[in-house]
Amino acid sequence: MVRFENVGLRYGMGPEVLKDVTFGIEPNSFQFLTGPSGAGKTTLMRLLFLSLRPTRGLITLFGRDVSSLDPDEVAVIRRRIGIVFQDFRLLDHLTTYENVSLPLRILGKEEPSYRGEVSEILHWVGLGDRMHVLPPVLSGGEKQRAAIARALIGRPEFLLADEPTGNVDPTLARRLLRLFVELNKSGTSVLLATHDIALMDQFDARRLVIADGRLYVYD
Amino acid sequence: MSMIDPARLDADPPARPRRAGPRGLTPIVPRATVAGRALVAVVAIMTFLAGLTIGSVMAVRATAQAWRSDVAREVTIQIRAGDPAAVAAQVKLASELAAQTPGISAANVLTEDETARLLEPWLGTGLDLSSLPVPRIIVLRLDPAAAPDLTRLRRTLTDRIPTATLDDHRGWSRRLGAVAEGVVVTGLGLLLLVATATILSVVFATRAAVATNRTVVEVLHFVGARDGFIAAQFQRHFLRVGAEGGAIGGAAAAALFLAVALLPRFGVGGDPEAPSVFTWLHPGPWGFAGIAAAVVLMACVTALTSRLTVYRTLRAIT
Ligand SMILES: Nc1ncnc2c1ncn2[C@@H]1O[C@H](COP(=O)(O)OP(=O)(O)O)[C@@H](O)[C@H]1O
Ligand SMILES: [Mg+2]
Repeated sequence: MVRFENVGLRYGMGPEVLKDVTFGIEPNSFQFLTGPSGAGKTTLMRLLFLSLRPTRGLITLFGRDVSSLDPDEVAVIRRRIGIVFQDFRLLDHLTTYENVSLPLRILGKEEPSYRGEVSEILHWVGLGDRMHVLPPVLSGGEKQRAAIARALIGRPEFLLADEPTGNVDPTLARRLLRLFVELNKSGTSVLLATHDIALMDQFDARRLVIADGRLYVYD
Repeated sequence: MSMIDPARLDADPPARPRRAGPRGLTPIVPRATVAGRALVAVVAIMTFLAGLTIGSVMAVRATAQAWRSDVAREVTIQIRAGDPAAVAAQVKLASELAAQTPGISAANVLTEDETARLLEPWLGTGLDLSSLPVPRIIVLRLDPAAAPDLTRLRRTLTDRIPTATLDDHRGWSRRLGAVAEGVVVTGLGLLLLVATATILSVVFATRAAVATNRTVVEVLHFVGARDGFIAAQFQRHFLRVGAEGGAIGGAAAAALFLAVALLPRFGVGGDPEAPSVFTWLHPGPWGFAGIAAAVVLMACVTALTSRLTVYRTLRAIT
């Protein structure tokens, strides 16, 4: 599903943040991405999400060489990927409900056609009574869950979550992890970036570790 | 998504029915982030100027046309002054020659009184013309259906009466036509400038709107929106701005021309002896249609320009 071959990335003229990264991600798999803060986890996520292009090496996503994609093809591929950003990226002028339904709205779907679906997922992540409030009113944990709901509403084949438990207490972190595991069981590949060792110990899964710009895989 | 399962995070009672928003969904690009007011004013002013230009050009064209066809319906024969008896014979002969020419419906010899009245503006009243070498004038009415052969008539006249000249006002008519053409060309130039200024204003306003909505654009990209979808979110605001501004400007221009047309009825500026804009500045139905077209065009140009600008800005970002 995803293939990295000797991928290197540098920002501008800076040092290589990622060097010779080679790995793959299979359909239906679950993996943690870990490494100390500043190691390059977010950078790797951005490569996977096509918001950065590698400075060298080859990235294949869903069988397509990403360097050959035009903007519309990038858009279509992104619809198959759900992403939860470290900083949520919710739109402050849209309600929680509208933020979460955005991936359906951009497909041109009519609001009544997805109302039930969005309501269901909001209840699933525990935001049933926060549907019609604006993000600035939400707590960190609530924003986190709204961002997760938005990433899931389009039924992605591949879910990227960047430190999704970084802003919540350990109890909620455990519940969110369970949610991702549940999602994986229903057929979605999950890549969960975290530097929380305790969280990773709760679920036995493949680990991708970044250290000094290199990626080590522990199956 | 079949997610009704134990992973459910809350134990809330079932969903309350969603409050049916009467105004539907919030626009993805907030309306307030598009420089609305200022741009509406710019588009309104530009449409007003375009409307004035179109209306005036149409009025000048129509007026010139009317004058030219008036002029084309008459030609005059002048017979230089000389011995009165000889002149009388020449006038008679000229009238006959003219009357025999097909396409000339009437030949009317101006009496001395009529001639005197024509000269009044230059020479004053109460003149005894008999002491002055005033030419005699024969006015020929042309049949609008059949164009007479004026060249031939002129040749015959000058052969038989060396003191006669035929004036078909062609030079004057041609000059009037040239002036009208000049006005049209100037008007087109003005419209081009107005269009350019409008497009530039919309380009700047759109760039500013995209910059203000950078986060929105980013998030839309991340959830997989195509550039076309994003452009449409901006375009709908600009279409509205263009339509509003266009309507205001177009209505103002039309109102101005209507006022010019109607004021004489209320006794303002309708004096035919003192010609003013009130007597000729009438765009006519085509002029008003042109103003309406300018309004529609302004709205479309505004929307399309913003769409293209968003496209270009997005391509520059990625
Ligand atoms: N936009 C950027 N421009 C320049 N350097 C960057 C940028 N983003 C991240 N970096 C650098 O790349 C390295 C990896 O960052 P990041 O991927 O955010 O790490 P992590 O997510 O693991 O904490 C850091 O040294 C960071 O300073
Ligand atoms: Mg990070």
